Amino acid sequence: MIRFENVTKIYPGTSRPALRDVTLEVTKGEFVFLVGASGSGKSTCLRLVLKEEKPSQGIVRVAGKDVARLSSWKVPHLRRTIGVVFQDFRLLPNKTVFENVAFALQVIGKPRHAIAHTVPEVLDLVGLAGKERRFPHELSGGEQQRVAIARAFVNRPSIVLADEPTGNLDPATSIGIVRLLDRINRTGTTILMATHDDDIVDQMRKRVVELEDGQLVRDQDRGVYGYAR
Amino acid sequence: MRLQFILSEIGIGLRRNVAMATSVVLVTLVSLFLLGLGFLTQRQVATMKDYWYDRVQVSIFLCGQDSNVASCANGAVTQAQKDQIMADLQSPQLAGYVDRIYYESKQEAYDRFKVQFKDSVLSENVTVDQMPESYRVKLKNPQEYKVVAQVFTDRPGVESVEDQNQVLDRLFALLNRLKYYSWGIALVTLACSVLLVATTIRLTAFTRRRETGIMRLVGASNLFIQLPFILESMIAAAVGAALASAGLVALTHFEIQGRLAHSLRFINYVNVTDALVIVPWLFVVGLVIAGVSSFLALLRYLKV
Repeated sequence: MIRFENVTKIYPGTSRPALRDVTLEVTKGEFVFLVGASGSGKSTCLRLVLKEEKPSQGIVRVAGKDVARLSSWKVPHLRRTIGVVFQDFRLLPNKTVFENVAFALQVIGKPRHAIAHTVPEVLDLVGLAGKERRFPHELSGGEQQRVAIARAFVNRPSIVLADEPTGNLDPATSIGIVRLLDRINRTGTTILMATHDDDIVDQMRKRVVELEDGQLVRDQDRGVYGYAR
Repeated sequence: MRLQFILSEIGIGLRRNVAMATSVVLVTLVSLFLLGLGFLTQRQVATMKDYWYDRVQVSIFLCGQDSNVASCANGAVTQAQKDQIMADLQSPQLAGYVDRIYYESKQEAYDRFKVQFKDSVLSENVTVDQMPESYRVKLKNPQEYKVVAQVFTDRPGVESVEDQNQVLDRLFALLNRLKYYSWGIALVTLACSVLLVATTIRLTAFTRRRETGIMRLVGASNLFIQLPFILESMIAAAVGAALASAGLVALTHFEIQGRLAHSLRFINYVNVTDALVIVPWLFVVGLVIAGVSSFLALLRYLKV
């Protein structure tokens, strides 16, 4: 589903590579934790998958296609198959919960009746049924992140990327969020989650890929957070 | 569905940015009005030129029934006199100066007068007999007017010899200068328009960066993201063009046809139809400029 083949990324203006010769494969339906210290290259990996950045060397493949070779008018189609969740939620403050989730469907041209049908369904899935008319600032952090997940998932993408989704949340709420992602994973969606949160990683016992200074140092099924030496 | 979404985004954008939208409308209004004014002036010059203006330099008017000039003491011009004039025009002495000779009968003069002054009060009261017969001469060198004119001035049968261009030339020079000044200022204000549209786009793109960021993330197509911005600018430009057109038509109707045509009656003026012909061009220019400059500004200020 996602494949990195000897990928190196050097941001312009820096000499140190953000990613150094990373080779990684994530198959369909997997749940992978991407761990590492700040600056180890976790966010860069996710951006490369989304084609927010292009690799300086190597190939990034999503669903078999070389992402760098995609023409710029095809990139939106790629992004429709990928849902993204961020640490800061990235909701639109002037829209209600319903409207925020519906936005993802509106901008790709789904008709109103389809939206009226799908959005309540996915809000129910994330546990926010009944909160459609609230505004983001009226919700707790955990609830806002659920809205973000609902938005990421409403299009039934094949991949969901999560960039430190629990970064702004307390431990109890965090585990709830990751369990939600796990439920989504069980519907067949591939999940790649970058995180700092060692508790979560230890609890979930999923595949762990560790980056250090841009290099892939560990790739372990049913792994734990702790640094391997 | 998509259309409705885009329309609502445009509505929100215009409402949020009323001040900037208004300034785009006003600058477009001024620049397109001046552009239209230049065209109108050009049209006026064309309207004032009669059939012969561009074709000949010397007009030899022959005596009619009622001429009270000395050379017409014996009444209307005779055939013999006409033949003599023709012979002289074709003679070797004048061959070096004369390029072409035309003859215009009273009926032809009447028909042409009717066409040129079709909207004016004048044309209704004129009869065929009141029109002069004339020989019209195209010169090889327009500057040599005097040489030819001298031969025929004061000759019996000839009422007058005129270089009609002379009077009108000065007026046309004035009108042309007006046109160029108009267009000069129009150009400057169009440049303002372009810059203003670009600045508005930059501001709007910045204000809406959260929305556009999420639109990009969620996979909205580039065109879908850019379209509301471009359409906003084009709508503002269209409103400006509409106001400029209304202004131009009102000017023509009220000032030119309303006031000038009644005070200075011997000139043919542009009318509302002439102004209406210019209107579509104002829209084209306004919309194209708004569309292109907003597209280019988006390329620069909106990351896609």
